[in-house]
Amino acid sequence: MAMLSEIIDKPRPSVLKHRIEVPLRRATPLADFDSIPSKISVRGLNFYYGNCQALFDNNIEIKANRVTAIIGPSGCGKSTHIRVYNRIYQLYREQRAEGEVMIEGRNMLVPSTDVIRLRKRVGMIFQKPTPFPMTVFENVAYGLNLHYRVGRSELADRVEEALKRAALWNEVKDSLNKSGLALSGGQQQRLCIARAIAVEPDVLCMDEPASALDPAATTKIEDLMESLKSSYTIVLVTHNMQQAARVSDFTAFFYEGRIIEFGPTPQLFTKPREKQTEDYITGRFG
Amino acid sequence: MRERSLAGRRITDAVVRFIAAASALAGIAFLAWILIDIALKGGTALNWDFFTKRTGPFTLPDTGMANAIVGTLYLTLAATIIGVPIGLLAGVYLSEFGKDSPVSTTVRFVSNALMGIPSILIGVFVYTLLVVPMKSYSGYAGGVALGIIMLPVVARTTEDMLNLVPNELRESALALGAPRWKATLGVIFRAARTGLVTGVLLAVARISGETAPLLFTAFNNNHFTWFSGNGAGRYFYDMREPTANLTVTIFQYAMSPYERWKEQAWGASLLITAGVLVLSVVARIVFRGKQYGHAK
Repeated sequence: MAMLSEIIDKPRPSVLKHRIEVPLRRATPLADFDSIPSKISVRGLNFYYGNCQALFDNNIEIKANRVTAIIGPSGCGKSTHIRVYNRIYQLYREQRAEGEVMIEGRNMLVPSTDVIRLRKRVGMIFQKPTPFPMTVFENVAYGLNLHYRVGRSELADRVEEALKRAALWNEVKDSLNKSGLALSGGQQQRLCIARAIAVEPDVLCMDEPASALDPAATTKIEDLMESLKSSYTIVLVTHNMQQAARVSDFTAFFYEGRIIEFGPTPQLFTKPREKQTEDYITGRFG
Repeated sequence: MRERSLAGRRITDAVVRFIAAASALAGIAFLAWILIDIALKGGTALNWDFFTKRTGPFTLPDTGMANAIVGTLYLTLAATIIGVPIGLLAGVYLSEFGKDSPVSTTVRFVSNALMGIPSILIGVFVYTLLVVPMKSYSGYAGGVALGIIMLPVVARTTEDMLNLVPNELRESALALGAPRWKATLGVIFRAARTGLVTGVLLAVARISGETAPLLFTAFNNNHFTWFSGNGAGRYFYDMREPTANLTVTIFQYAMSPYERWKEQAWGASLLITAGVLVLSVVARIVFRGKQYGHAK
């Protein structure tokens, strides 16, 4: 990362015509980059759909208790990349990953990794809300019961706690026995977040969690990410650059399966090093 | 290049429309004809005796179908116990685990073939498998034969219904750290339950009219075959015996020259038809619009 600071320290004329506002409170001083511990270290990750290679030599450090945004045009491998973190891609026989995804010093891609424990640590939120066809309470309790032996009163407490942290409790506390499918889209997505954080993961991978939601629901999800990052490491895939600028500390720009640029969000949006990044964030393509 | 004439298109449209409507009407007309005929001829046979007295010689005035009704229920139950669990699990394998592996391709091909096999062959197969070694026709053999017929129907509808469940739901359950089997039983099955139940009911409807496989297996019986004694067993059929059933009784009665038997065969036909009809209608009403993703 020394290289990164070299470039930043050089004064550089601003070339951006359509500047994306980056709230200053989010700015992480570059000097801090190395001092923040990494939760996930990806090294030399290649990914294949059958014979078709989708990711090329991805290297990235996901910093603990920060929001890392992954941006890039459609089909550039953003989702594919985070689907390696919890090895959910394994559901499909023809997909395979090579390289290293290190979590606390261990490569999660080796066959001996227990995927159930990995997935308990790395939760995932999908683009489309996916409430299970059961009640609101049962939805949140589902994951808890998978990983913990809990008595009934403790279970109720844990469910309430998760719903509160997902900023959904006040809206559903009187309808815990209603079907999760009866909630609105935004509520369903927060239900899925509650369900994911109920199992106490370390990392939350969010795959365009707000792209199916209206602006009001999107704001709620974004506020939620802000409050969740004190407890969790968040990786956010988004095609919405404003969203990445609003909520993330670090941003990685993907293009055609390669990580073109990765760095603190304010820097990436205001002083990109790479021409491709600049073209993308100024709306010249993608 | 010349534009096609509008008149020509209109005529083609009218002709195709007429042929399609006429074909639909012909199909419905035959169905209605059969239903009305059965209702008219069978309706008169359905009286108290029909439901309470056992089958017997045509000379007796007070015979009914009670033992055959109970027997058919038992045979259907036995077939369901055998066919549904295996069929469901086979469907789960095809949809969730095997996918396009050589094993599932083979299983899929074989079950399609099994669905097309004339049911009498399955009767003969079970005859050599069970009836010959046991030296007796039996309700068990009948249940096995009907169960084998149910098997591919349940397996294929299960596979189709599980395939309708969106992949995101599957991934969500697995992403929480659910083992594959728990995700399947706890989440995927719930999401597909409407389709699964419909599939099972369809399979039950399919076998409830089967006659041929029972001729070689359950055969028929003029008696109630309750277990003897005063224990709880007296409420259960002894399926080791040849077991009375409606379809074979219809077959035998309809072939006879006796008016009374013929009338009772019509009555039994009406009963089966109405039973299947009620089963499908109830299933449709109870599970209407509950497929995952559309539920409210």
